[in-house]
Amino acid sequence: MSNPEIREAHVDDIVATPLRHPWRWVSGAILFFLVGSLIWSLYSAESVDHTVIAKYLFNPNILQGAVMTLVITAISMFIATILAVALAVMKLSTNPLLKLVSNAFIGFFRGTPLLLQIVFWGYLGIIYPTLTFGIPFTNIVFVEGQTSKLVPSLVAGIIALSLNEAAYAAEIVRAGLLSVDRGQTEAAKSLGMSGGYTLRKIVLPQAMRVILPPMGNETISMLKSTSMLQVIAVMELYTRATMISSQNLAQIELLVVAAFWYLVMTSILSVPQYYLEKKYGRGFDAESAGFRFIKFSGASKKPAKAKQVGK
Amino acid sequence: MTKKNLMVDARSVRKHYGSNEVLKGINLQVETGKVLVLLGPSGSGKSTFLRCLNHLETINGGRIYIDGELMGYRDTGAVLHEMKPREIAAQRRHIGMVFQRFNLFPHLTALENVIEAPIGVNQVPADKARKQGLELLKKVGLADRADHYPSQLSGGQQQRVAIARALAMEPKLMLFDEPTSALDPELVGDVLDVMRDLAKSGMTMIVVTHEMGFAREVADTVVFMDQGLVVESGTPQQVLDNPQEERTKAFIRSVL
Repeated sequence: MSNPEIREAHVDDIVATPLRHPWRWVSGAILFFLVGSLIWSLYSAESVDHTVIAKYLFNPNILQGAVMTLVITAISMFIATILAVALAVMKLSTNPLLKLVSNAFIGFFRGTPLLLQIVFWGYLGIIYPTLTFGIPFTNIVFVEGQTSKLVPSLVAGIIALSLNEAAYAAEIVRAGLLSVDRGQTEAAKSLGMSGGYTLRKIVLPQAMRVILPPMGNETISMLKSTSMLQVIAVMELYTRATMISSQNLAQIELLVVAAFWYLVMTSILSVPQYYLEKKYGRGFDAESAGFRFIKFSGASKKPAKAKQVGK
Repeated sequence: MTKKNLMVDARSVRKHYGSNEVLKGINLQVETGKVLVLLGPSGSGKSTFLRCLNHLETINGGRIYIDGELMGYRDTGAVLHEMKPREIAAQRRHIGMVFQRFNLFPHLTALENVIEAPIGVNQVPADKARKQGLELLKKVGLADRADHYPSQLSGGQQQRVAIARALAMEPKLMLFDEPTSALDPELVGDVLDVMRDLAKSGMTMIVVTHEMGFAREVADTVVFMDQGLVVESGTPQQVLDNPQEERTKAFIRSVL
């Protein structure tokens, strides 16, 4: 494994003056000036009261709204992902009925506006004043009650976001599943693995590499879409911000406050995405390959280096 | 139904994709513990036939018996009934397959590749599976590569891991689909060595290959296929050194 020739090779590396890039400095200066003057114009605008922004930035009402936004995003994304895998598998199955159901679901929820769907679920009580869960055509009833109580606006919002997102995510998952080489399924089959086991242990983990980046996009999109739940009065960040501004009439200031927290939350989301991508990238590139080597402390400690030497 | 010592008994196996007939009635038997080498030009149907044996491809005609058991169907006398996927999976557990493109699971280390199926399919306890897995990797000369991912291994090493992976299921029959065709010439030897050892240990094997040296040395029977038919079969000496059919002669001349 240790190869002295390769290590000493660095001595002969080329020493050259790096190419200069003067235009990068010039354009950088122009950009700095433009952004600076934009910020200054916003800052010095008389219609925006900075003290109001500062006052509400850490207002408990606003913070609660932000937490609610995160919770709704997490729950909806979780449900949507599970549904999406099911829909994608159904769409790829040979069963024509499952295919039809999946296509119809995706077609419907992708084909109508999210805002419309949110309002629909919010107004479910108008269509069905009472809801009954039981076995059809029998008298067996598990739960029965007023729709507005069984499906409060928060639940309606989560249902709306989950179902809509599932339709989009299903296509992302399907693309991921299709990206895995057919040989993988064949090898799994030849080892006697069942279809379900192959999907869980062989195909999905590899598909994750392709699925995760667009799903990161979807999560950010979902986080922002929660603001639409304002129309059915779910107490998330945007709803709370507009409620405050309707009283103190500081609309712009509270929009800035809300925007600040949306930006904070979407920025934080890239952290788990990074680690998830690293986890599912193992085996595919040298950098992430070492990610799980802590687990087996076997004969080989530095596989990445071994590869270089092998070349 | 079948003679007891026959591991593979293929009877007039036919396979077509639409109007394209790939297998036109293959009869082929392999006794337990023997090695059969399948030769033939590309497009002769040898890989397809191999994939029919473990039901990766469904056949359109004929019967395939592995160790006396009909593959893929239940025979109730009058008609055949398609098996459930789970039953087919159970049949495949006894048949190991090695692919031209290795098809290792890239997200798993060499050892994990080997022990995935024993743990997940055969319910072998993880400790035991790991121990057996390491032993198998040692057998193919890769004990020190257990924690490497396939992308960190050479083609020859990957193929040897793939052989270990197939052996981990303790198969009665091993199918090799051009196992050395995708390898750099200098890496072919290591893989053939492993296969030679396996043959010596008494494993029943069907090998699709272009390695004439291997065929001559290891095969009990050599079968030459062309255009979906068995043209000639016999001992390596008969088929390779003294072919009777014109097509066999031409093929062997072109390969040598």
